Amino acid sequence: MRLRRLAVVTALLAALATAGCATSGGVGTDTNGNPPGANGGSAAVALTGAGSTFDWPLFDAMFKEYQESHPVTVNYQAIGSGGGQKALFDGTVQFAASDAFLSDEQMKDHPDVVHIPITIGAVSVGYNLPGVDNLRLTGPVLADIYLGKIKKWNDPAIAAINPGVRLPDLPVVPVYRSDGSGTSFIFTNYLKAVSPEWASKVGAGTSVQWPAGLGGKGSNGVAGQVTQTPGAIGYFEMAYAVENHIAQATLQNHDGQWVQPSTEGAAAAAAGAAKSMPADLRKVLIVDAPGEKSYPISGFSWVLVSRDLKDTPQNRELVKLLWWMVHDGQKHAEPLHYAPLPEEVVKLDEAQLRGLGAGGTSLLGK
Amino acid sequence: MTKRSSAGSAPVARRSSGSDPGGAPAALRSRGDRAFRLATMLAAAAVLAAAAAIAFVLLRASAPAISRFGPAFLVRADWDPIRLSFGALPFVWGTLYTTAIATVLAVAAGVMTALYLTEVAGGGTRAVLGFTIEFLAAIPSVIFGLWGLYVLIPWLRDHVAVPLSMRAGDFPLLAGPVYGPGMLAAGLVLAVMIVPTVAAVSREVFASVPETLRDAAYALGVTRWEMVRTVLLPAAKGGLLGAVVLAVGRAMGETMAVTMVIGNAAAVSVSLFAPGNTMSSVIANQFAEATERLHQAALMEIGLLLFLTTLLVNLGARWLAARTAARAMMVPPFAGAPEEGQADAA
Repeated sequence: MRLRRLAVVTALLAALATAGCATSGGVGTDTNGNPPGANGGSAAVALTGAGSTFDWPLFDAMFKEYQESHPVTVNYQAIGSGGGQKALFDGTVQFAASDAFLSDEQMKDHPDVVHIPITIGAVSVGYNLPGVDNLRLTGPVLADIYLGKIKKWNDPAIAAINPGVRLPDLPVVPVYRSDGSGTSFIFTNYLKAVSPEWASKVGAGTSVQWPAGLGGKGSNGVAGQVTQTPGAIGYFEMAYAVENHIAQATLQNHDGQWVQPSTEGAAAAAAGAAKSMPADLRKVLIVDAPGEKSYPISGFSWVLVSRDLKDTPQNRELVKLLWWMVHDGQKHAEPLHYAPLPEEVVKLDEAQLRGLGAGGTSLLGK
Repeated sequence: MTKRSSAGSAPVARRSSGSDPGGAPAALRSRGDRAFRLATMLAAAAVLAAAAAIAFVLLRASAPAISRFGPAFLVRADWDPIRLSFGALPFVWGTLYTTAIATVLAVAAGVMTALYLTEVAGGGTRAVLGFTIEFLAAIPSVIFGLWGLYVLIPWLRDHVAVPLSMRAGDFPLLAGPVYGPGMLAAGLVLAVMIVPTVAAVSREVFASVPETLRDAAYALGVTRWEMVRTVLLPAAKGGLLGAVVLAVGRAMGETMAVTMVIGNAAAVSVSLFAPGNTMSSVIANQFAEATERLHQAALMEIGLLLFLTTLLVNLGARWLAARTAARAMMVPPFAGAPEEGQADAA
């Protein structure tokens, strides 16, 4: 008797809880809806964004300066590119930042999303080899390391491109990002571009099925494994390698030149790509890019925003902010080890920003 | 006062608190009484409802993966987000493997610590050691992870794993290559994390065994070890199982520290030194960036599996505890004594 009553109450509560879930999924579908707490009567307009952790240090510097001179507060949450995409689709944020562009399938579900290249980054290949200061690697050799085919550091394939370097008889320990990441997206796209075997066996994406090695969570997880393990090799944003003084491999680029990771190298790769960018600025990869100075593992990061922005004070401020970010905001890039957008890409971004506004009426300048 | 919380007395305590208030005189059944009953029932129902809702949401969210892969999901070993081909085997394997290492080590160390605390140590040592154990239990798991990554793993690699796999690498359990992070490292870190749970609960269990039992045993002229072996451990069996269940539950669900030391490779290997992955760790790693619907559904199904595994372990342990408790009460010559003592405590 009492048991039955308990069962009934339980069922009711469970139904309530799951029903609550269902509605909370539906509430946020209006991309133009104001997030809670915005426009609460105060003078400052609150803008919210979420996404890429890679962009966070740059955005932090940008927003700090912008908020000082504009009646706007920007709340950006670095929850990861995928999380930012989801938040944008759910309408809980007004803009997202992502190191990977949306797939064709995602574009089918969300045709209103506009891609705006916001910055360019280089991905460093760091290594831990006692006594080796300048390691050279080619794309195919790097791919063979991550395929698990090159198992020792004194492998003839590595020795051949490092004449005069005493390579130790140590096992190679490739380290990758265990969490889904835009850095992995750029890195695997590079391996895919330079190695047909990688392209057919593994592919490219924010997380893949790694054939060999160890995973570390986050850039600090990968860097931790690399610095802790003699013989380890890993990849992370260039800023991470520079700040933590991790030895970075010199890579052979598409033109056959040996290049160290640099913001100039990433910018050179991007400038080359600007000539042949698709109109929606979406599927742009600048890995293994041509050009004498191009650093081969470079990538764009995008701001994603809905094209159908209603004419509200908040959305006007959003467009103003984005305009500032691709122009004046770019000065923060270099000191933080990002490459500023080349002139050609800024022009393309301007066109994208002019197109923001529901019903084809641009919000820019309003 | 602490005797109440002991897992050993739990079945009796529940029975007594469950005695029917309807048996009280009608005059006492005031409105307050009814409100109290309703409030407590709502609270109890909320717990059940939360569990049911979690199961339902997990089931619904994992539906695409369930219909795509079926039961084969459990035995497939590949996890490929690019080709959208998913199987749970590496993660189930890693969870069970690391939990087994951790449980064996932690139960041995925790029970011995508890025995030392209740049967051997003097008052001062008891207080200091007791405090330290509780303090260990309060350390955030990321600290254990960092300790594992920067202290335990380099030591383990250079002094245990490499020498062992060089000499006995043909033995599958010790096969190389040794990277550092792996199953053994994860199991050890987990063991350190759950020792406090085992020790603290076991201490309560031993403390709740009535003093009269010990005195009776000593009166028969047994040594301390004989008393522990023939009186204390049998009397405490049910409660100790409770300690093991708590420890296993924590080990299976632990995420952060394990992720930092296990190597995060979706592979199935029997070697102690091989990198692996666990169910909770793969969810924590991939969920935020999983954009494909099937990828999300597969992660949800892993969550569902973790939920079910935890449930099964709990039910199994409960069943074991009930069985041993029932048997313990039938064994002479202490047949009546434990029950009496526990009833007192309750």
